[in-house]
Amino acid sequence: MRSDVEARRNNVRVLVLTGFGLNCEAETTHGFRLCGAQVEQKHLSDVLLSKRPLTDYHIIAMVGGFSFGDHIAAGVVWANRLRYHLFDRIMRFVSEGGLMLGVCNGFQTMVKLGLLPGFDRGYGQPVATVAANDRLGYRNAWVRVKVDLESPCVWTRGIDEMELPARHGEGKFLLQNNELLDRLRDEHLVALRYVDEQGKPTQRWPDNPNGSPDAVAGVCDPTGRLLGLMPHPDAYLYGINHPHWARKKLEGTLQREGQGLRVFQNGVDYAADLKN
Amino acid sequence: MTHRIEVGYRPGFPDPRGMDTLSTIRSFLSIPIREVRCFDVYTIEADLSEQEVIRACDHLADPVTQQGAVGRLAPAPFDFVVSVGYRPGVTDAVGKSALVLLQDMAGRSLAPSSAVFTSRLTFLSGVNEQQAHRIATELLANSLIERFFILSQSDYLASPIDLSIPVINSTHTPVCGAIDLSGSDQKLERLSKERILSLSLEEMKAIREAYEEPDFLRARTVVGLGAFPTDAELECLAQTWSEHCKHKIFNATIDYYEQGQESKTIESLFKTYIREPTERIRKQQETRRGESWLVSVFHDNAGVIAFNDDYHLVYKVETHNSPSALDPYGGAMTGVVGVNRDTFGTGLGADLLVNVWGYCLADPRTDRQIPRGLLHPRRIRDGVHRGVIDGGNQSGIPYGRGWELFDDRFLGKPLVFCGTVGKMPVMSAGRPTHLKAARPGDRIVMCGGRIGKDGIHGATFSSAQLDESSPVQAVQIGDPITQKIMFDFLIEARDRGLYHAITDNGAGGLSSSVGEMCVASGGAQLDLAKAPLKYPGLDPWEILISEAQERMTLAVAPEHLEAFMDLARHRNVEASDLGVFTDSGYFHVKYADDTVVYLPLAFLHDGLPAMRLTARWQPPRHEEPLLAERKDYSEVLVSLLGQPNLASGEEKARHYDHEVKGLSVIKPFVGVRGDMPSDAAVFLVSHGSFDGVVLSEGVHPHYADIDAYWATAAAVDEAVRKAVGTGARLDHMAGLDNYCWPDPVQSDITPDGQHKLAQLVRSATALAKACETYGVPCISGKDSMKNDSMMGGVKISIPPTLLFSVIAKIDDVTKAVSMDVKTVGAKVLLLGATRDELGGSEYFRMLGAVGNAVPKVYFEETLPLYRAVQTAIENELLLSCHAVTRGGLAVALARSAMAGRLGLVLDLDEDERLRSLTTPAALFSESTGRFVVTVDPSKIKQLEAILPSGSHSLLGVTTPDAMVEVKHRGNKVLQTAVDTLVHAFQETFHAI
Repeated sequence: MRSDVEARRNNVRVLVLTGFGLNCEAETTHGFRLCGAQVEQKHLSDVLLSKRPLTDYHIIAMVGGFSFGDHIAAGVVWANRLRYHLFDRIMRFVSEGGLMLGVCNGFQTMVKLGLLPGFDRGYGQPVATVAANDRLGYRNAWVRVKVDLESPCVWTRGIDEMELPARHGEGKFLLQNNELLDRLRDEHLVALRYVDEQGKPTQRWPDNPNGSPDAVAGVCDPTGRLLGLMPHPDAYLYGINHPHWARKKLEGTLQREGQGLRVFQNGVDYAADLKN
Repeated sequence: MTHRIEVGYRPGFPDPRGMDTLSTIRSFLSIPIREVRCFDVYTIEADLSEQEVIRACDHLADPVTQQGAVGRLAPAPFDFVVSVGYRPGVTDAVGKSALVLLQDMAGRSLAPSSAVFTSRLTFLSGVNEQQAHRIATELLANSLIERFFILSQSDYLASPIDLSIPVINSTHTPVCGAIDLSGSDQKLERLSKERILSLSLEEMKAIREAYEEPDFLRARTVVGLGAFPTDAELECLAQTWSEHCKHKIFNATIDYYEQGQESKTIESLFKTYIREPTERIRKQQETRRGESWLVSVFHDNAGVIAFNDDYHLVYKVETHNSPSALDPYGGAMTGVVGVNRDTFGTGLGADLLVNVWGYCLADPRTDRQIPRGLLHPRRIRDGVHRGVIDGGNQSGIPYGRGWELFDDRFLGKPLVFCGTVGKMPVMSAGRPTHLKAARPGDRIVMCGGRIGKDGIHGATFSSAQLDESSPVQAVQIGDPITQKIMFDFLIEARDRGLYHAITDNGAGGLSSSVGEMCVASGGAQLDLAKAPLKYPGLDPWEILISEAQERMTLAVAPEHLEAFMDLARHRNVEASDLGVFTDSGYFHVKYADDTVVYLPLAFLHDGLPAMRLTARWQPPRHEEPLLAERKDYSEVLVSLLGQPNLASGEEKARHYDHEVKGLSVIKPFVGVRGDMPSDAAVFLVSHGSFDGVVLSEGVHPHYADIDAYWATAAAVDEAVRKAVGTGARLDHMAGLDNYCWPDPVQSDITPDGQHKLAQLVRSATALAKACETYGVPCISGKDSMKNDSMMGGVKISIPPTLLFSVIAKIDDVTKAVSMDVKTVGAKVLLLGATRDELGGSEYFRMLGAVGNAVPKVYFEETLPLYRAVQTAIENELLLSCHAVTRGGLAVALARSAMAGRLGLVLDLDEDERLRSLTTPAALFSESTGRFVVTVDPSKIKQLEAILPSGSHSLLGVTTPDAMVEVKHRGNKVLQTAVDTLVHAFQETFHAI
């Protein structure tokens, strides 16, 4: 039984896109490997050069970093390259049931490419953006996020709350109008919200590091298979990544795995047909 | 054709840069401005259709928050607008990315001459013309790299749309001239200064003499050169012989005199006090365990030590002081991306793991008049931070250590230390990665950025004092993304075994990189006409020595050239074949058909005459402050925590990424709120393995005001102690020395040069003593010897500053210990001896005094204690461990308590030595060798069995009520709420 689970996980193929200033590929790759999947790191140029369909993969990881230096705005130049050179293949991948996880720069890119929130699965027409934090500038500090339990998101199943590091200067998720924001909430596409110590969604800095309306920390599409989030599950693969790991150790609650790994495991298990 | 697109925020959406500029104008310039709005401008030189330009505008403007217009975007009413754009030839990284966007959009390759030039419009409301001018010159534009114009609203709206582009249309035909070295000494000296060669008269004469050798001349005629050196040769020699590259002072013969002591002659401080001790430590390691973990020291770009079966560790710390004084943002950014290249270019290439930074600055809150020609320290601090933040974050490298130290003598030259740790696979493509050598026949390949006039004379300029005539082109602009893309490519090429050697183009540009690499093969022939330029019109000597950023030079075997070039093309990295490594014995540089440099390697590298210098030590005497006795020192502690050198720098530090790569274990800030600086950083080195690297440092320029010997001993001790106290292995720890000194060569402008040199000698002596005692070998270092400025006849010299950084191994990161108290009821112990050593302390500095009793290091006490602490941590006996450093015991206790937001109830009389001291000495003496630790009561016995007898005392316990209560000699000398302490700690630099 156990080996069956492992074999299924081991059949899951993950594509980690790299290049042009992205920088979280190593931890993302390791995260998916820890969950049992097969991971290929590929430079975007090689993906563009080969005509191999993306449907060869179950999961595409859009990792964090500074694609093209965040010049013009975060994710814009990278998203533009995907729009003009890879969009058809991405659309086929998505329509055939593929999963995508975008973290930080990956989230920004998915939003700017119009993959998120993807209302009515109308991908490709951006209706949202990820703008500069209310308190200007890049900032690195841990935040607490809470999952919308009614969200269709497959990546957050079984997770209630997580602590993760936020590391960005542009993380404020904005939609073109307030009606869309209502819709986002009503359709439970806000997969993750910044919460305070009591677990309540908050607009207060630093618990909400960027001032996102409705405390949006992560957004999924209506299928639940595409998720983008600002904080980094890839930087909490190990218990000892947590700022208070030593306290947890004293309390006897320190675990080898970090909470961020659960996001990866959800994606892999969904793709492995273990969670349907 | 030229097109212009303007992008601004829609009404109702915040304009981040406008808001940022507004608050900076109000706080930096005290101008009560009403509103600021910013537009981004893209001036596009490309063959695009009208529809394509409109589509580009849609892509450049954010669909939610912004609006764009082709031509002019209508601004809201304003008083004055400032337009700021780069000067011709300055790197425009955003413009480069915008061109990528256009190319992707157009779906065809645009003409090679296509370019995008970015600029910005800043609309100011509520200012007059004079204020607008101040804002433009003091804040918005740095005239070294940018140009600007100011228009009123009516003039702006009446002006035609600006389609000018900053290009260099040079009609200059590159020439190589000969330079006449005949004539008087004054003429030679003038030549050296005017061309910024920074060569001494003796060195100029040595060059002249070489050119009088018949054999030397005969060889030159064969290649078509005359009797005088070419400008390219002279510049090449000046780079190679610069203080920056040759460390002339550290290699000089020094006669040292000290009253009452026999004089001594030192043949090279470097050899005597740095290299030889390291070699002795290597021998000791070999004797003790059969092998040494020193892998590669001193001769490469960075030091290399063994880590585990898979990886070596690489570490280098650099300074980038002079450029940061002129252009803090650009100068500091090149500091970090430059040291990244050093570590990257070690062996066959290292993966970059962690950055460190540290800045010595003048107090940014100063309201004193700043000498003309210098920037306000607040502007310097702000720019330096932003530069290293952007450089580090965009390169995807977390920082592990960061610190600031303030003293008004850093007004003349700020010190900007940047370092990078790398990990190097022990083997790559079947070869040991730490070895490299260019072979005869290998191609000389340069890759990365293009060459421009930026960064010409960086190496020689940093070897001179800063004055009004300092060259503007010495400033380089970094482009971290171009470099990151190049590094990603080079790692692939390394792992495919596509090259034999690599080094970075830093100081001295190609003249240094090729000049050094070709020592292995025995010569090189380089053609500068094949080098890719940013713009035409550069003379050969400029191409040869330009320090334009983001470039590496490689030795590529002819059979790998095609594969290397193919991979470069696929990774969008420009690579150029510039010539061939030879075994001719000559550094032979051509410009197309003409020879411009023909220098024997032997002369280029060994022709430099050795310096002979005199050092004279006269210990200074400082006034002792009068200490008024008080009963309660709570207020003193609160004031002390707000002193710039003790206050929190977290606000700035949080802007630096410290977790990318997912390997961080002990972060730069620790404690329940993550707001207290840690003693040392701990990182995993690779995913899937729990051994890690520990980093810390020590720097004590204020002790050097009394004696640089003890300042240095204290710096080494502090670095070692903080690392050990966090869990590092003392027997697997290496050090890096970074010397920043005021000019120590006696001259008319430096009448106290002999004293400053004596300080250097004493410092180096202490370095050797401390490193050998602890068994911590120096593996790499850097010296910067001209940290003086002369502005309007006023000379400002920095205090002698040695930064000592350590890198060490921890076998199991899950045993690492942080400095914050963690539990109620834990026992609080002081390890190590406190003495009456308030000289140079922060307490004395707060009183405006220096004093004389400088903290010393009692190695016979500290070494056994540190070994015991290492054992205690390996046995998991410590809940927290905090090294007592700047500010003394009271500050250390306060920090541990603040970090855990818990209280302490302590009686210092439990410690015999503390009981014998005055209260100020007990609380604030900065005696070295001490830790404050907390221990679970059940483990006290076990700990005491490990500690050397008499090395510790039990001062009290941790309490839940968050009050720090300390008794000394029967008095309650401290009684303060932790919140009060935290407030004082965080207030000083809040919003500064």
